[in-house]
Amino acid sequence: MKTNELISMLSSQVDPVDTREVVRNVRIAILVGAAASLLAVVFVLGVRTDLNEIHAQVFLIAKLAFSLSVVILASHYLVKYIRPGGEFRVRFALTVLPFLAIMIIAAISLATAPRSHWETIVFGSYWLECLIAIPTVAVVPFAAIMSAVRLAAPTDLVRTGALAGLVAGGVSATAYALHCMDDLFPFIALWYGGTIVLCTVAGAVLGPKLLHW
Amino acid sequence: MTKEFDLKALMTASLQGDSNAHRSLLTALSGHLRSYYKSRLLRSGRPAEETEDLVQEALIVIHTQRHTYDPEQPLTPWVYAIARYKLIDHLRRTRTTTADVPLDNAEYILASDDNAAAESQLDLAKLFERLPERMRLSLQYVKLDGLSVAEAADRSGMSPSAVKVNIHRGLKILTALIARETKA
Repeated sequence: MKTNELISMLSSQVDPVDTREVVRNVRIAILVGAAASLLAVVFVLGVRTDLNEIHAQVFLIAKLAFSLSVVILASHYLVKYIRPGGEFRVRFALTVLPFLAIMIIAAISLATAPRSHWETIVFGSYWLECLIAIPTVAVVPFAAIMSAVRLAAPTDLVRTGALAGLVAGGVSATAYALHCMDDLFPFIALWYGGTIVLCTVAGAVLGPKLLHW
Repeated sequence: MTKEFDLKALMTASLQGDSNAHRSLLTALSGHLRSYYKSRLLRSGRPAEETEDLVQEALIVIHTQRHTYDPEQPLTPWVYAIARYKLIDHLRRTRTTTADVPLDNAEYILASDDNAAAESQLDLAKLFERLPERMRLSLQYVKLDGLSVAEAADRSGMSPSAVKVNIHRGLKILTALIARETKA
């Protein structure tokens, strides 16, 4: 085939295109994933019953502040990475900020607690549930986000997949916070932070397989 | 950056549905893509005949993925990212090491221009035969014979919207076929 012929073929009847659609798709997918995660937590796990207490409210807000800042930062970068060459434009180093913040607060709170309490503080009552629930609940938002990203054309599949996993993990942690009764910063840092990182690593591994075009 | 300026103007017009701008854009880019791929294939020890396959594959991607371009950003890095992605993909499929694809400055893609009349190893007619008939006819009439959608609809007995849909789907399948062919 001659390249000129191909060009003629491609340039007859050129339709106008909407360049913002790819970003809109990803935003809708994040909202759909968030709605699915909320439903799963509310109806399967149940919302924590002590939300009328100030202590519970304060820690719910702290957890949401952490997970939502992860979601907002990561999705800000994700919508740039879905376009070819997005990786040349921005790096997403800023996404470590919420993790750093929660780790510093956790370290301070550990340092001020007696050493004999550390194990209880770090593991809380439901660490295993948290470890299983956040990655599990993240599956639906991750699938929704990845299918929206597939409608675009990322050229750095590892980083794009990682960002999608980070957003999904953050969305899932946000929903799980409504259920979770463990109210200690070291717990949040380890089990929320850790599971979100796990989702990010899974996204990085799956990115080249799922996003290849 | 005058090349960037001119190409971006063409791209902006083409995104709004300007066929002539689209043709000029693809023609201009094909020259840059050709010289990029020629030098990169040479460096990776691949036969030069693969150049035109890659040029065409990249042109198809630039066409079908033009909605992923952000008009607020320069065009050059977008084109370069696509060209490089397709090159790495090609080298991986042909089992050559990708360690040799350097991360160039994005402007490298516009550094030179090669407009030698070029033909890929693909036989378009053969690929066409593999399309379902309605798609083949729609593409044949509108894209190759230059008929309008209405004329193609008359001649083939399809509705104009069916012709459009068949062109759209046919191009997608054709893209996939070309991509598969170049794997060999």
